[in-house]
Amino acid sequence: MKVIVPVKRVIDYNVKARIKKDQSGIDLSNVKMSMNPFCEIAVEEAVRLKESGIASEVLVVSIGDKSCQEQIRTALALGADRGIQIETDNDLDSLQIAKILKVIVDEEKPKLVILGKQAIDSDNNQTGQMLGALTKMPQGTFASNVDANENQVLVTREIDGGLQTVSLTLPAIITTDLRLNEPRYAKLPDIMKAKRKPITVRNAEELGIDLSSKVKTILVEEPPTREGGVKVEDIEMLIQKLREEAKVI
Amino acid sequence: MKILVIAEHNNNALKSDTYKTVSAASQIGSDIHLLVAGYNCETVIDEATKITEVATVLKADEACYEYQLAENIADLVFNLGAKYTHILAPATTTGKNFMPRVAALLDVAQISDITEIINGNVFKRPIYAGNAIATVESEDPIKVITVRSSAFDVASRDGNAATVQLELICDSQSSSFVNEELTKSERPELPAADIVVSGGRGMQNGDNFKLLESLADKLGAAVGASRAAVDAGFVPNDMQVGQTGKIVAPNLYIAVGISGAIQHLAGMKDSKTIVAINKDEDAPIFQVADYGLVADLFDAVPELESKL
Ligand SMILES: Cc1cc2nc3c(=O)[nH]c(=O)nc-3n(C[C@H](O)[C@H](O)[C@H](O)COP(=O)(O)OP(=O)(O)OC[C@H]3O[C@@H](n4cnc5c(N)ncnc54)[C@H](O)[C@@H]3O)c2cc1C
Ligand SMILES: Nc1ncnc2c1ncn2[C@@H]1O[C@H](COP(=O)(O)O)[C@@H](O)[C@H]1O
Repeated sequence: MKVIVPVKRVIDYNVKARIKKDQSGIDLSNVKMSMNPFCEIAVEEAVRLKESGIASEVLVVSIGDKSCQEQIRTALALGADRGIQIETDNDLDSLQIAKILKVIVDEEKPKLVILGKQAIDSDNNQTGQMLGALTKMPQGTFASNVDANENQVLVTREIDGGLQTVSLTLPAIITTDLRLNEPRYAKLPDIMKAKRKPITVRNAEELGIDLSSKVKTILVEEPPTREGGVKVEDIEMLIQKLREEAKVI
Repeated sequence: MKILVIAEHNNNALKSDTYKTVSAASQIGSDIHLLVAGYNCETVIDEATKITEVATVLKADEACYEYQLAENIADLVFNLGAKYTHILAPATTTGKNFMPRVAALLDVAQISDITEIINGNVFKRPIYAGNAIATVESEDPIKVITVRSSAFDVASRDGNAATVQLELICDSQSSSFVNEELTKSERPELPAADIVVSGGRGMQNGDNFKLLESLADKLGAAVGASRAAVDAGFVPNDMQVGQTGKIVAPNLYIAVGISGAIQHLAGMKDSKTIVAINKDEDAPIFQVADYGLVADLFDAVPELESKL
């Protein structure tokens, strides 16, 4: 079966976001960018499905400007077979991303689409579910275990109360949670090999989708800052502060 | 403004997130319908009719809604959705699961995790793990919104709403429930607790969490954890606090053996009072803690419990 993994280029998770002076957004100039951590987990899962003989081809798709080819190359080095970059300079929201992915899904007819549960920049947590609705596929979100065969997949999901397992008939959507797997590091020979794997570039404008967004960001500001507090000497002082100053116990 | 709120419940009782989402909805308008979709959920319906701000409770009591499968709930909400200007659900794992499907079916964007309502079109929401707050304006005819419960108060309960029975069965054949393992605990739920005691990698193993549990019991607190503690298998996933876990804002948050990574802070930095116990005086958690104690947790936690 074919597996598609959409990957997003985002600010590296170790970097603290800086707000632009004009408060129009986040300043990403000269900032380290990486593959969204949840997408790495998605790539790893797809590659493992291939290694275990269940998947036959792993296709990665990234939507963004030319620089996101870097993340596609990373995925190819980790074991994906080919890539598609959908070129756009627009800042799209998850609905438009899902509509673009639907075009690719309709053309490529994968049995599984594995996405990250959430992009750590927008913190949206929407795309996989939206793609599910648009393609009428069932979904297993926030997956911590995936057990697939030719026709169906069992997905164990991390939910607020614990774990839930659902059974989905293929084709289906999966979104990854942190504990699904531990992504491997790419080895040098694989990085070299990835340079020869194909990446197709297509223009988002040519897909016949309305790319205008109805949601505008009008301001991006700092969250209220917390004043760093005091160090207490010992437990007695801590209890006294909690009782008399903070009045929380 | 016509507002639909989707209730979060376990077929037995409403979750506190529902009350908070209704109170968020009441900042947008007063014509609020509350959808209770579930199975054998009569007690939930009763409870729902008592929420003051709710005008009408929509009841969808069918087997296909028992486990809140996203495919079924989304189709149900989509069928009702066109009549409303706003559709709100709590930003819990349930709400996050079905709401984006609703938005896509209605061909509108979703606004995730709102923490403030400026007006019916303008909302604030945290992005980049809470390192920035975005103000967004939506021109969509229907606003599909998930609500970060920790940012809103609990709605009051002296209402008497009418109930309308729905005859809509949305039963996707492609998705089915297999089983669930729910963590059982006598302690309060994390999002609803007044006090939260959380442990990190510094706890060293799952057994040592008993120290935190007995402290929590003395305080009437819930117990949380960092991702590192969950990944290491000390405690189950539903205890994770942070950017990608649960968001809490209790009166008192006690972080024990937690370094204070931005992803963890994203889940707790709106707590009213933060206490950190860590043996490393340079741990970043001290930058947000109101009261920091530099100590070995294995001495400090039992001492704290005994002196309370
Ligand atoms: C995409 C992504 C999402 C993430 N989401 C989350 C999330 O939702 N929630 C989350 O928590 N993390 C999340 N993380 C992980 C986060 O980056 C940190 O790795 C994690 O929070 C660290 O957990 P910790 O503080 O328990 O462990 P550590 O950073 O290892 O800190 C352990 C602390 O314990 C102290 N300690 C050790 N022994 C003792 C002792 N005897 N007495 C006192 N103190 C002691 C140490 O000084 C240290 O400060 C995420 C990461 C990524 C990449
Ligand atoms: N620009 C993009 N290109 C490719 N995949 C994306 C893009 N944006 C989001 N995704 C996918 O959707 C997931 C969830 O993103 P979001 O819904 O934005 O939080 C990500 O982990 C990716 O798998």
